[in-house]
Amino acid sequence: MSDRVISVDRTWSFRRFILQWEWMLVLIFIAVNIVGSSLSPYYLNGGTFLTAPMGFLDVAFLVLPMTFVMILGSIDISVGSTAALSAVVMAVSFHAGLPMWLAVIVCLAVATACGLLNGILMVAFKELSSVIITLATMIIYRGIAYIILRDQASGEFPKWYSGVGWGYVAGIPIITLAFVVCAIIFGLVLHATSFGRKVYGMGNNLTASRYSGIRTDSVVVIVFTVTGLMAGITALFLTSRMGSTRPNVALGYELTAIAMTVLGGVSTAGGKGRIIGPVLAVFIIGFLNYGLGLVNIPSQVLLIITGLLLVLSVLVLNIRFSRGHQHSAPTASAPAAARKTPNG
Amino acid sequence: MKNFIAKLAMITMIVAFALPGALFASGSSEKATAAKPAASGAKYAIVFKNTGNPYGDKEMGGFKNGIEEQGFTAILRAPDQPTAEAQIQIIQQLIAQKVASICIVANDYDALQPILQQAMNAGIKVLSLDSPVNPASRLTTINQADPAKIGSTLVQAAYDLAGGSGEFAILSATSQAANQNLWIDYMKKDLKDPKYANLKLVKIAYGDDIRDKSVSEAQGLLQSFPNLKVIVAPTTVGIAAAGKVLTDKGLAGKVLLTGLGLPSEMATYIENGVCPYMFLWNPLDVGYLGAYAATALVSGKITGAVGDKFPAGHLGEYTVTKAADGGTEVLLGPPFKFDKSNIEQWKTVY
Repeated sequence: MSDRVISVDRTWSFRRFILQWEWMLVLIFIAVNIVGSSLSPYYLNGGTFLTAPMGFLDVAFLVLPMTFVMILGSIDISVGSTAALSAVVMAVSFHAGLPMWLAVIVCLAVATACGLLNGILMVAFKELSSVIITLATMIIYRGIAYIILRDQASGEFPKWYSGVGWGYVAGIPIITLAFVVCAIIFGLVLHATSFGRKVYGMGNNLTASRYSGIRTDSVVVIVFTVTGLMAGITALFLTSRMGSTRPNVALGYELTAIAMTVLGGVSTAGGKGRIIGPVLAVFIIGFLNYGLGLVNIPSQVLLIITGLLLVLSVLVLNIRFSRGHQHSAPTASAPAAARKTPNG
Repeated sequence: MKNFIAKLAMITMIVAFALPGALFASGSSEKATAAKPAASGAKYAIVFKNTGNPYGDKEMGGFKNGIEEQGFTAILRAPDQPTAEAQIQIIQQLIAQKVASICIVANDYDALQPILQQAMNAGIKVLSLDSPVNPASRLTTINQADPAKIGSTLVQAAYDLAGGSGEFAILSATSQAANQNLWIDYMKKDLKDPKYANLKLVKIAYGDDIRDKSVSEAQGLLQSFPNLKVIVAPTTVGIAAAGKVLTDKGLAGKVLLTGLGLPSEMATYIENGVCPYMFLWNPLDVGYLGAYAATALVSGKITGAVGDKFPAGHLGEYTVTKAADGGTEVLLGPPFKFDKSNIEQWKTVY
């Protein structure tokens, strides 16, 4: 009993540092680029790294809040429907006479409201899991979008609006700039503020967090509301790039966002993960699709490859491979539990 | 042991990326040489609406024949979802590959304009096929038949099958498909004629050219409109789905079916009486004509302006004419009627 040491900080070990999942992602990213450039001579040029991301970055805005949601231990599968509903409302309000900038604000407001509703439902019905609640809202929001616009498309936005999705600022696409700014903000909040620590705490042990005085309900509502807002931003960029919108846009975006987040090392059980992982995963999956598309590999094969990549990554993540973890005390489990610290 | 498995899985992942790369690079070295922009290895791309569409496979097959007949390389692409966003990504990849020409069968009339204009600015000749894009996004379009004729033929067929009066419904593809919408507009125009005063169009349902959705939309039509006499499906996926639904429900003779269908898919339903007759053209020829138009545009033989003439292999010579939407088009020919008398000979062709 006298040699029981409870320490929160582990001594820094190079082996553990280099075996982090995020370094694996960097290696995979380099491997993807090597594969891409060996497959096609058109891969390695400045255009690839600047313009190709425009194709997959609209889902990426969903990955950032999804990281928060999954670290909390929840999931949000209604983001695609929220994006569709806010895009549809924006189109309809623009055609009803509102000036475009006001329609954009309406889009973001509707999206935030959808996220807020998700959050309120989460704290009001704690017995229900987040999958059930967001499944319900996913169906409801897209249903409302269909009621508003039926099966039609709505478009013809002002010319400047397509510059939002396609435009450049100092040679860098606006959408890339926006994503980098959002990633930095989310990263700072997650890793450098007390709000971020609360999210990690709740993900690791909800009951302990509540009894420690953390206002768990507020945290949940805030996280889901921000998710809604980011879905609205996704809707903005998506509608701008397409020039029109329909009730069935952003179908499947929630699954792509979750796939990128899980590949980034965020555990679905909660409490684990860092912002840099999903950001790297976004570029991995995006460049993989782009590179393979450059040699005209059929889209179904791309789906299989992405799926395999996910399965392998979850396999590796869930098998603890650091020797330190295997050293559990022979009898009491308490020392082992004390040695387990939140990652990040 | 778990330790070992995890490390092994990690190494497998990384190797799994390097190996296919090496294999591909060595195995497709011929592709790499063909990638040089020499005239003999020039690449012509066609982008269809979605995968898993037999009509699309035939069109792309015809295009491939036409391109390879002339000694070039054909690239056939289609997204797995019938959306414009997926086609935008494919076109982006084709621009990066510096193809000579893109032949697009569009999922949306306007949504592809920004990316297609980027393609044209990059020196790629853009033409649409079957389902057009707006005139600002293309040099010309290949139209399989005069859309006004398709519309009036289908309305006449609905009128005849309904016995002069009654309710009929349309089961279309996606709500933005330019080709279907154009034909439906002409049908609606024709319906205003006093001759069709007793023929009522009750609903236009959208099956999105996806089999499952088309089946449920067809079932929905039968349930919502018990007095329905005719279903008109101007899409091969829709008509095949409606044919199956009507056959399974035993409604042959009570609710009649017509529209545009592939003879190979519709042979059963024409023979069992569910669909007395239907129309189409040869999608192989549409793709083939597109291939020759594409090479003519790239070689500078035509510019897509009204009056340009170009040879189209075994189809003969074609002229570019003015299109109804303000751009130009090339018409393949009149629609062809399939019924019990000729379905036998055509069902093996396409």
